[in-house]
Amino acid sequence: MKHLSEEQLIAYQDGEISGRDAAAAHINSCAECKAELNRLAEMLAAYQALPIPDPGEDYGRRVWQQIAPRLEEKRSHWWQVFLEPRRLTAAGLVAALLLVAFLAGRVSKRADHGDAALTAEQVRQRVLLLAVGEHLGRSEMVLMEIANAEPEGASVKQVSLSSQRRRAEELLDENRLYRQTALQEGDTGIANVLDELERVLLDVAHSPGNLTPAQFKSIRQRIDDDGLLFKVRVLTQEIERREKTGKQGPAESGSAKVERNNQA
Amino acid sequence: MNESVESVRAADAIAIERTLAGDRDAFRVLVERHSATIFRLAYRLTGNHHDAEEIVQEAFLRAYQKLEQFASQANFATWVYRIAANYTIDRMRQRKQEDARRQAPSTEMSDDVEQDPLRQVPDAAPTPERLTQSVELRRQMENALNSLTPAERIAFVMRHCDGCGIEEIAAALKSNSGAAKNTVFRAVHKLRQMLEPQLAPRATARAMGTES
Repeated sequence: MKHLSEEQLIAYQDGEISGRDAAAAHINSCAECKAELNRLAEMLAAYQALPIPDPGEDYGRRVWQQIAPRLEEKRSHWWQVFLEPRRLTAAGLVAALLLVAFLAGRVSKRADHGDAALTAEQVRQRVLLLAVGEHLGRSEMVLMEIANAEPEGASVKQVSLSSQRRRAEELLDENRLYRQTALQEGDTGIANVLDELERVLLDVAHSPGNLTPAQFKSIRQRIDDDGLLFKVRVLTQEIERREKTGKQGPAESGSAKVERNNQA
Repeated sequence: MNESVESVRAADAIAIERTLAGDRDAFRVLVERHSATIFRLAYRLTGNHHDAEEIVQEAFLRAYQKLEQFASQANFATWVYRIAANYTIDRMRQRKQEDARRQAPSTEMSDDVEQDPLRQVPDAAPTPERLTQSVELRRQMENALNSLTPAERIAFVMRHCDGCGIEEIAAALKSNSGAAKNTVFRAVHKLRQMLEPQLAPRATARAMGTES
């Protein structure tokens, strides 16, 4: 048989030669072709081993900082955004708020503003408090699970947060909605805690399903550093208190209490 | 495909969906996750840290601008890799043309015109002794890479450093698979000629398929 041509040797090395068995048989019986193939493989291996500088662990962050100011906001189609299944919960709550506010408005007008009648604003506040309280309860569960998550054994190199990640994604939409509403209401205490919660939920939602111990530690550290679990619990209690007393949640008192506790 | 690759793809899909819905910051996840891979490609293609960083930034800017064209079933890592390769080849060709304009017209290189590889062998051809010295070997290897056309260099790096398939290379080169395969072969042939000058006469004879 003829020696393999250079093109055939390269194709053989690439695993793309036709008649591979015949070529392999020849190479095995021909010292010259075998030596040529080895030289080719060595050259390719040398290229693969050429050193590449390490851009550093925070390289991605630096790239983002450089390009972020040059990215224009993308205009979203509202119907695309709100027709996504996991957003329907939040959208439903918005509808409930509007409906309750509308009905309460009619009732309160007819009730001649008597003491027993709730104003539209009071009803709206109550619905909002109920929804935020329920949201905080579910968020606290996710944070608790992360705080208590451990690798399954010493040999396990990854921590799975896939369940928490899915729920964090769902909670994110609601969280944005409540935070914006709280801001509009001037309730900065609720808005601030929701803002901190949103950052952690974002981290969890964007994390891979399986985290390395370092990635996991970073998320848990963030929860710990912010004292987030504590803040969420304090806010939950404050909301429960407001619901029970029927107090309209004056932004000053509620927020001030959370703020005070946050600083504790 | 293993679990972690699947989870990365799922997380990418969420980030893309959020970006398209108007959440610009969601794109950050994609940038942070894939920048290092694109940097490695860009450095292999240019051999220059500064150029590689510029390519990474441009690749992600282009990916953001074209995100609406991204097919949801596709792999974002592969997609942005291809954008980086496309951009790099355009940039390298443009630079070669600018360099050629500054020099005499006879030195102009083209992807379409195959040059005699032997003419590109550096004067200081590597000897076996010198090849054993890693610093010298590296310099020779880099010189050899620099003498490839942009298409050859990209085809070689994608195929032999990153293990890309021929179809993927063809897409990056905006070419067909036959031409892409030829480009890979031409690149390997040239590199061998430049790094193994002592083997050149035999390799030339072998290309004819001589009897053993």
